[in-house]
Amino acid sequence: MANTTLEKNNFKENIIKEFKKFENHLNSSSLVALHDLRKDALKHFDTLGFPDRKDEEWKYTNTDLITKHDFHQDFSINTTSLYAKEIKKFFIPELDANIAVLVNGKYSDDLSNIKDDSNKIYISSFKEVRKKHSDIFNTHFAKYADYKTNSFTALNTAFACDSIFIYVPDGNKIKDPVIILNISDTKKPNTLLQPRNLIISGKDSSVTLIDLNYTVGNNHSLNNTVTEIFADKNSELNLYKIQSEGDKSFHIGTTQVHQEEYSKFNSATISWGGSITRNNLNSLLNGEGCECNFDGAFVLSGNQHVDNHTLVDHAVPNCQSNEFYKGILGDNSVGVFNGKIIVRKDAQKTNAYQSNKNILLTKTAAMNSKPQLEIFADDVRCSHGATTGQLNEDELFYLRTRGIDKKEARITLLFAFASEIIQKIKVEPLKNILFDMLHNKLKKGS
Amino acid sequence: MLTIKNLKANIENKEILKGINLQVNAGETYAIMGPNGSGKSTLASVLAGKEGYEVTSGEVIYEGENLLDLSPEDRARKGIFLAFQYPVEIPGVSITNFMKTSINEIRKYNGQEPMNAVDFLKLLKDKAALVELDTKMTKRFVNVGFSGGEKKRNEIFQLAMLDPKLSILDETDSGLDIDALKIVADGVNKLRNKSNAFIVITHYQRLLNYIVPDFVHVLHDGKIVRSGGKDLALHLEEYGYDWVKEENKKAVTS
Repeated sequence: MANTTLEKNNFKENIIKEFKKFENHLNSSSLVALHDLRKDALKHFDTLGFPDRKDEEWKYTNTDLITKHDFHQDFSINTTSLYAKEIKKFFIPELDANIAVLVNGKYSDDLSNIKDDSNKIYISSFKEVRKKHSDIFNTHFAKYADYKTNSFTALNTAFACDSIFIYVPDGNKIKDPVIILNISDTKKPNTLLQPRNLIISGKDSSVTLIDLNYTVGNNHSLNNTVTEIFADKNSELNLYKIQSEGDKSFHIGTTQVHQEEYSKFNSATISWGGSITRNNLNSLLNGEGCECNFDGAFVLSGNQHVDNHTLVDHAVPNCQSNEFYKGILGDNSVGVFNGKIIVRKDAQKTNAYQSNKNILLTKTAAMNSKPQLEIFADDVRCSHGATTGQLNEDELFYLRTRGIDKKEARITLLFAFASEIIQKIKVEPLKNILFDMLHNKLKKGS
Repeated sequence: MLTIKNLKANIENKEILKGINLQVNAGETYAIMGPNGSGKSTLASVLAGKEGYEVTSGEVIYEGENLLDLSPEDRARKGIFLAFQYPVEIPGVSITNFMKTSINEIRKYNGQEPMNAVDFLKLLKDKAALVELDTKMTKRFVNVGFSGGEKKRNEIFQLAMLDPKLSILDETDSGLDIDALKIVADGVNKLRNKSNAFIVITHYQRLLNYIVPDFVHVLHDGKIVRSGGKDLALHLEEYGYDWVKEENKKAVTS
């Protein structure tokens, strides 16, 4: 125990020391306001340290297993450390999309493919932001993801650098999705990457984002991502996040959404890769008439651990939220669903629904499902339900009596179970690759 | 085709089948009748290979092989089909995909290539017509939200799709109104031929007006206590099962 604490402190102290190195690599013309924020965030990180399991928010996920490694961020990284041919396999066939590639958290101009449509949608690295939209950037950056209480967000904010800024001006409806290809290049051992994205959808706009997380190489890595999303009045934003990283990848992803009146946010979070994954997904419903849909599926094997940690904050009246998460857990894997819904005192006529269903394939797999409803208004409709069980034997037998062997019958039933979530995704080519990936994962794992 | 010799089976240490003997030949239809709790459905489950039943003695020979050694899927692949009394709902799996997987798994087992899409769709259409099943239904999830009649019709549709050698219909008539019963029976009659056999398990004689059996066996307390032709079913309809029970009691005590 003492040993772990020591190692953990080492990692923390080492990153703090690396901040100087980071500063040296920053362009001297870096936005001053941004850099002040970084320094403030670093101070908070120093005070907060990494969470332990005494922290209620981290009760089921042991960060010691991550922070015992000493991760390093490569500030000098040349984004061409990867070649186009190495990442081609991550593209989605038959999908017209703007592709923004991040390698170890840095935006790669060479690998990205942004179609020339810049009047309707603006996609760039932070570096480019100050040329065109620094006012918007400064208005929103670090305003939603709270670095003062969340240590991983503090760490990310301290090292926020050249990730993606997406801005859809008012009234623009973007047909082709934007793919954010978030790659961990782990050819070097113990790679730390800290992508930091800011996404703004203007009034009456709509856009679909596909956040793909993949790994190249076989070393340990820690991907500490923060994505802030601002959905302005009457905008519609879809976010599909796929966690498909390697066996030695740790992933702490935080998506903080801020919704204004009549905005609609739809998300699907699909996790089947990675060693330890934490998907923080939070939305603040800040204007009346908002709709917020969180869907998620996770399919785990081996010693995988996935923690879906959600928060829907109903701050105003007349909003609705739906959460629907499904998990399949094999071998010794562990799943967590923590769904917090806050209905503030003024948030009358709130409609909030939450469901989490899981299938355990072995006696050694475990699921922790924790609904957390904090309701301060009296005229609301909130419901939640959680079930965890085994594969239904009667269904299995029924399929087998039709000549389908036991393994295939299991795959068929599990596929049907998880595909309910994927089915709701609105981008067909993405759905198709997800169905293939799901099938492959189930074939390997059961 | 199938020979059952002195079959005894337990569920949770309770003996349900107490020595069944039955000979099934190709081209013939057998009715197995009996009061509730006589072991009819247990017999169907044991033949289909459901887990949880312990066969304590006897044997079941199907086409020269010991059936009880085979997994449920291998039994199906060798031509045994069970139409369930309570068909199971499978959310997320469409009837079409279910049947496609099923047919291709059986074909794979028999060393055949998967059926091509055109042939499959033709087969689907033809067999749906046979049991008067709207082809739109085949896009729906298996049995999810189906009425009792639709579920039973879906069983016979699957039977038609897989064209088994030996079909076991477990109380297919239960929960059917007379129109649905006629459709189901009609479908079965169209599928009867020289090389296949049917075991029709039922409590009531009603179904046997439409699926006329060659033999009727009466099951009581885990044993076949009476055998005869189709007239035996009519007799049971008229006099109920009590006389069978009485006769059986006498036989046991004397």
